[in-house]
Amino acid sequence: MSSTLTVPIPASPEPAAPAASRKCDTTGLNVCLGAERFIQFNAVAAVVFLLVGGIAAILLALTRWQAVHLLPVDWFYRVLTLHGVNMLLFWILFFEVAVLYFTCTVPLNARLFSRKIAWASFAQMLIGALMVNGIILKGQADVLLTSYLPLVAHPAFYLGIILVATGTLTAVYNFFATLYVARRDRTFEGSMPLVTFGATAAAIIAVVTLLHGAIVMIPTFSYAMGWTAQPDPMWYRMIWWGLGHQSQQVNVCAMVSVWYLIGQLTTGAKPVNETVCRTAFLLYILFINLASAHHLLVDPAVGSAWKIWNTSYAMYLAVLASMIHGFTVPASVELAMREKGHAKGLFGWVTHLPWKNPAFSGALLSLLIFGFIGGITGVTLGTQQINIIAHNTLRITGHFHATVVGGTSLAFMALTYYVIPLIFRRDFIWRSAARAQPWMFGIGILFVSLGMSFAGSLGVPRRIYDIDHSGAFGAAAHLMLGVMGIGALLAVTGLFLFVILCVGTLLFGERNHGRAMADWGVAQALPGSREGSLAEDHWAVKGTIALTAVFLACFAVYYFANWKALADVWPVR
Amino acid sequence: MPNPETKPPLLQRVLDNPWLLLVLGVVIPLLSYTVWGWIEISLVPPATLP
Repeated sequence: MSSTLTVPIPASPEPAAPAASRKCDTTGLNVCLGAERFIQFNAVAAVVFLLVGGIAAILLALTRWQAVHLLPVDWFYRVLTLHGVNMLLFWILFFEVAVLYFTCTVPLNARLFSRKIAWASFAQMLIGALMVNGIILKGQADVLLTSYLPLVAHPAFYLGIILVATGTLTAVYNFFATLYVARRDRTFEGSMPLVTFGATAAAIIAVVTLLHGAIVMIPTFSYAMGWTAQPDPMWYRMIWWGLGHQSQQVNVCAMVSVWYLIGQLTTGAKPVNETVCRTAFLLYILFINLASAHHLLVDPAVGSAWKIWNTSYAMYLAVLASMIHGFTVPASVELAMREKGHAKGLFGWVTHLPWKNPAFSGALLSLLIFGFIGGITGVTLGTQQINIIAHNTLRITGHFHATVVGGTSLAFMALTYYVIPLIFRRDFIWRSAARAQPWMFGIGILFVSLGMSFAGSLGVPRRIYDIDHSGAFGAAAHLMLGVMGIGALLAVTGLFLFVILCVGTLLFGERNHGRAMADWGVAQALPGSREGSLAEDHWAVKGTIALTAVFLACFAVYYFANWKALADVWPVR
Repeated sequence: MPNPETKPPLLQRVLDNPWLLLVLGVVIPLLSYTVWGWIEISLVPPATLP
């Protein structure tokens, strides 16, 4: 399908309203001052909760690393709960709200619909998150992120999560209201830009996610207060995963939008085909939320038809969407590089990519880790038959540390290298350390994911304090837990470095008011090259096609190796 | 010069309508995952105590 969409290029738009916006000294775009303030608030809160989750992460890794076994048992489950809520909910949701406010204002040349609503959203989310963290640290909510019934936490735990959910939903309302007003006032022409479209997909998925959160958390809060009877535990599991897993699909949409944005900022890449990219987001909107059923594959109360239909994301249409993005993002980068004159051989363009730009390296590592590790393991583990040999093992944890941490968190970190100079208007301090940070974090989390996955393949369970009590696990399992531990040390060092860079820049970074931000380094065009020169050349992205073939080969080998592993433990005679 | 009377293709009109996408994005998972699953769970007979 050829591209039929027209994308607005807001080259020199009029300000949305006098004194309500400023002109960005780097991009020339108008930045709504109201949105800017709340992007700042939400981004700062996100990084604070990332730090809390990171401290919890290293404590957990040094406990699951059986040779170290750091924490006592009660604190292990407490810190595991803390880690889950801060990393999977608070860090991600606050940052996503910042992304939503950016994408519905700056690319559309629009004003944020309401500052009061933004305040209401932020206050709810902040109070809720502080309530949850406080009650966990008081030792009255050792129920893990999932808080499966009949485990019961202090009511403040559920109330805090409800507040975070309603606060996020309030922000999503503000996002849609801003879109409506922008379209009504014609602040942009044609279709909305792809990054805003991706954020819209994320916001839509957030609506259905947060609805599930309300459905499950309100009766559970009421039960914890002693007002109503205990909800059915199986019902709780099903509805809770409508919150727990779907919130990660919000991440996927936001992360993919970040990939496109960073590709454009660092290499000048434009989507190779707007219609195909948007259709892939449409497939996410329609089908990706069904994946929550993965968590119920061994639950007896739902039937095989429900499990197979939903865990195949309605016959893998959402997986197709991820593979489309996994192709079009590097393909657009390759096309941009070749059009800049870096056309030697299959991969000659790779050496000229802006590797020293931490936003680019972070986004690329995010794409590779998400696709090659997270994507392949996710589809395989989500197969009903294979899931029986992996369910509740560390393989599951290994999978989602590749998707959520190696994928989403790393992409959000990468974006921050532009958010702080452009929105906070301070240039990064300690730039050589910033260039190394995505590599430290990415390689570290790669080892975490692989260590967990291989330990899980040897049967090591997740969420268990001590695996030595049974004597079932030998040297190989302990070696893999050591790999996980060393990876965690590296990844958390990268995380702490990220926090130090962000906080240090906000406090001591040189202001860039009145001038362009300090350049991280972008892809350079060779003399004589011309943008658009390869628009009709269908083989211009042959390097990406080769990489795709490698990806599909890895996928096939891993998938069928798991069927072999299943046959080994479950022989059919 | 493009004819202003020409309608954009159907897919583009769908993609350009965030409200339609919002409805579809809420209804499909609610029916496929939540309602169907809720019905299945509600049809499980209560276990008898030993």
